[in-house]
Amino acid sequence: MNPAIARHLDFLLVGIGLLAIWQGLFLWIGETGISSPLQTIRHLGALAERQMFWTHAWATLDAFLRSLLIAAVGGIVIGLWLGIGKVAGQVAEPILVALYSLPKVTLYPVILLIFGLGLSAKVAFGAIHGIIPVILFTMSAVRTIRPVLIKTAKVMRLSPAKTAWRVLMPAALPEIVTGLRIGFSLTLLGVLIGEMFASQAGLGFMVINAIGLNDTETMMAVTVLMIVLAGIANVLLLALDHRLHRRAG
Amino acid sequence: MTRVGWLRLGIIGGAIGLLEILCRAGAIKKVTMVPPSDMVLALGQLLAKGELLDDIGRTLSSVAIAGAIAVAGGILLGIGLHALPRFRRAVEPMLASWYAVPFFIFYPLLVGIFGLSDAPIIVVAVLFAIVAMIVNTLNGLDRVTPVLRKVARVHRLNAPDTVRRILLPAIAPHLLTGFKLATAYSFIGVIASEFILSTSGLGFAIAHAYNNFETRKMYALMLLIIVLVTAINTALFMWEQRLLRRRFNR
Repeated sequence: MNPAIARHLDFLLVGIGLLAIWQGLFLWIGETGISSPLQTIRHLGALAERQMFWTHAWATLDAFLRSLLIAAVGGIVIGLWLGIGKVAGQVAEPILVALYSLPKVTLYPVILLIFGLGLSAKVAFGAIHGIIPVILFTMSAVRTIRPVLIKTAKVMRLSPAKTAWRVLMPAALPEIVTGLRIGFSLTLLGVLIGEMFASQAGLGFMVINAIGLNDTETMMAVTVLMIVLAGIANVLLLALDHRLHRRAG
Repeated sequence: MTRVGWLRLGIIGGAIGLLEILCRAGAIKKVTMVPPSDMVLALGQLLAKGELLDDIGRTLSSVAIAGAIAVAGGILLGIGLHALPRFRRAVEPMLASWYAVPFFIFYPLLVGIFGLSDAPIIVVAVLFAIVAMIVNTLNGLDRVTPVLRKVARVHRLNAPDTVRRILLPAIAPHLLTGFKLATAYSFIGVIASEFILSTSGLGFAIAHAYNNFETRKMYALMLLIIVLVTAINTALFMWEQRLLRRRFNR
């Protein structure tokens, strides 16, 4: 058999296996704790016909895109800067790594107190989740750029902004995309956690509300939707990531 | 300490000092943030009173159990996946997108399965942490030189002995990286679940303090978690550096 087809077939088999486990869990636990795959899909269809669902979905998308923009642009700019400035990078790296492994949820109340309830707090929380991996990956990529490229920029007397845009960014692009992929996931995580705590809008709020009302079907439907969307986005970014790395390597 | 180290210490110290001044001068309102020195004081008082010990014990034991399961399970699953290349290829995209899934969402479902206890929190943390361990184990096994496997065959080691005496020591640095990440993720998983959905533990204590406008207590608890997690991560980082030096600087 064609190896590409075989690989897709294997992937499909794993997917079917997961669905079977889900159905098995449903049979074991019963309807109070979990809904079956079929019920979940049906309920998702029913939700899609309600205006309320789309309001929440747009609220999440809005907050997510804003924080992703902040995380991506901010992360790349800071990462380029820390990568070029040797001392600044050495000073900042351990601090950033420590921040990365901190449970940032504990800091959410601070953000709520600073920004108040609502969109800006969610965006800020999502952005601080996503920005650190983007900075770290960009920084380490810039550090390993071949010195001759940076010398070329100097010889051509490019301004710092032009050096960053024309030389550093293209040379570091594969690693930056890896950082953005991880930043994407963490930003989504941050926004959803933000919505689950002290919020009145968004899919995270919908889930937490459904938990409170013991509405298993809604909870499962939104959860599965989030997982599938996050998974698809990640697979696409991963494909881009691999392609850039192959081309560079 | 090196110049960079002093500079780093200076920046952190300066930031804390600036916060202290801004808070004391009233530029940051008291309901938003208490001065850092007051956070330390409040934490001291809380610890002296002893009312926190229950929550601390609960959180730390959950983290320890979750971390242990994630590390042991991650190594075993990593070795298993490495031995089944076809299955591994099919599962790998899932491992790569694992951290795109917000696992806290599963908490109510897990309460349905395990009932209201520490178990759902531990399961969330294990789900969060185990994949870091699996991925690092796989990374390590991919880089084991063939000669090591040949040595095992020459000595006619059986499979468990090969893993124990050859493979695990060979991939120790990768395992340590996985261990470091799994510890950090266990902390994040446990504290985030407690924060959003539980009724005990440090994460819950912070959420509770926030909801009741106990700003001073809230900051004391945050300080406790930051100090605790940073201390553990730093210790692991230094251990890793020592191991790497011993291995490569001979």
